[in-house]
Amino acid sequence: MTAPPPPDPAAEDALVPLSALQHYLFCPRQCALIHVERIWAEDGATAEGRLLHERVDGGKPDRRQGVRVVRGLTLRSFALGLSGKADVVEFRGGVAYPIEYKRGRPKSHRADEVQLCAQALCLEEMFGTTIPEGALFYGQTKKHQRIVFDAELRRLTKDVAAETRAMIAGALTPQPRAMPACRHCSLFSHCQPERLEKPPVIRRWLAGQLAD
Amino acid sequence: MRRHLNTIYVTSEGAWLRKDGANIVVEVDGSERGRAPMHMIGGIVCFSRPGASPALMAACAEAGITLSFLSPEGKFLARVEGPRSGNVLLRRTQYRLADDPGHALSIVQGIVAAKTANQRTVLRRALRDHGDRMSDTARAAIEAAEQRLFHSARRASVAGDVATLRGMEGEAALTYFNVFDTMIQGDKSVFRFNGRSRRPPLDRVNALLSFLYAMLGHDCRSALESVGFDPQVGFLHADRPGRAGLALDLMEEMRPVLADRLALTLINRGQLKARDFVVDDGGAVSLADEGRKAVLVAWQERKKRELRHPFLGENMALGLVPHVQALLLSRHLRGDIDGYPPFIWK
Repeated sequence: MTAPPPPDPAAEDALVPLSALQHYLFCPRQCALIHVERIWAEDGATAEGRLLHERVDGGKPDRRQGVRVVRGLTLRSFALGLSGKADVVEFRGGVAYPIEYKRGRPKSHRADEVQLCAQALCLEEMFGTTIPEGALFYGQTKKHQRIVFDAELRRLTKDVAAETRAMIAGALTPQPRAMPACRHCSLFSHCQPERLEKPPVIRRWLAGQLAD
Repeated sequence: MRRHLNTIYVTSEGAWLRKDGANIVVEVDGSERGRAPMHMIGGIVCFSRPGASPALMAACAEAGITLSFLSPEGKFLARVEGPRSGNVLLRRTQYRLADDPGHALSIVQGIVAAKTANQRTVLRRALRDHGDRMSDTARAAIEAAEQRLFHSARRASVAGDVATLRGMEGEAALTYFNVFDTMIQGDKSVFRFNGRSRRPPLDRVNALLSFLYAMLGHDCRSALESVGFDPQVGFLHADRPGRAGLALDLMEEMRPVLADRLALTLINRGQLKARDFVVDDGGAVSLADEGRKAVLVAWQERKKRELRHPFLGENMALGLVPHVQALLLSRHLRGDIDGYPPFIWK
């Protein structure tokens, strides 16, 4: 068997972190502030999440009841243009089963599902297999939630990956939109959504400030 | 809102900084003098000799704590920086704008107009606080200067080119510093301001102003770097090797508020005495060790003071203003706002 050809360096350079999909689904501007502007403000929540992942990723592979558990597995997909890491991948009789650990609780939006599905699509490309399902584990409820990678979730994941990649490649930062969730965003003070959503014309604002 | 975090100023000779768990520890000659949890600290400024362990340097870089080394006069020497800051897109835009006088104009208009308006506010506050104790001629001089600055600020906001604005900035400074001595109350034999002198400062007021400007410059430089700018390439200040042009630009509008006003308070309240300064044989004046400590304590206190930000409309510590202004400048360059809203103090 011959070794596969090395990947195209340009394609490797264009890979976007898996985590960007979640940022993008939460808020495209947040995603751009982190991945285009390279701003990162660690707050309590992000520090906690980082520690959780350090614990999960740091574990050694083990095997129980015929299931091989691999932690911190490096993932990549050229079709999606993504690279990153999976918290935990269980290999159950040759079929990969990704599990992603989340600090909080299940959310109404599908960002966590998309992130997990993206991991599955990477694994499918890497191993040439089909991965029907995986799970999300939520720290606050301490429960596993089974996620089936159906056609709809796969399409959503591919679309989000394409949009995210296009935004980062174009180095665009979307204008802010003030939402209730903004108050919980660690980049709130960098983003200034309330003031910059509809900013005044600065020339006029300045004239007003200089009038007595 | 981002919190205003404390800065540790290390002035003792023979000080050594090290990391102990999540704490910063300051030792002097082998014995522990101070300890602070890292998450409460935004910066460490070392004057002259102090050393720091590589483990502390790495932890500071990772936590975004600026660790700087300054000369005793406050001149910037070096700083330890992590890999996180630096946005190449922002820097490219900064360079493009700096090379295009037409484009840089609106930013410079705002900076010069705001600086002039803020100088005027210093004069108005002096009149309000001490006006009744001033002689008629002194009061009239300040009132006249205050009116001139009011009109200069408005003219600056619509000036036609950067060169003109540099001239207007100089004129406003002359008007302002011509009456600066009039605002000094108390012992005139100790604190007399004879016009701005910098290299070296030739009186105690100038020595104090120079030191405060160095502190402010340091904060502005850190703010710009943390947002991802190149602090050397300015709009108002033309490139000169070794000069932090953009840090100087950002400082302009804050000098009257953060530095000049504090200098006047320290002098007028008698918090500094003749013995807090040293005069060398050539006539150069600088702060003595005790004086420098007193100024640093007052500087820290001043930065904690809350005010309402004129553009954001939020209350914040004065010490956050350089950071917020750097951020607003970056938001303008990245296209969120159609101009740079300078800091105007009323």
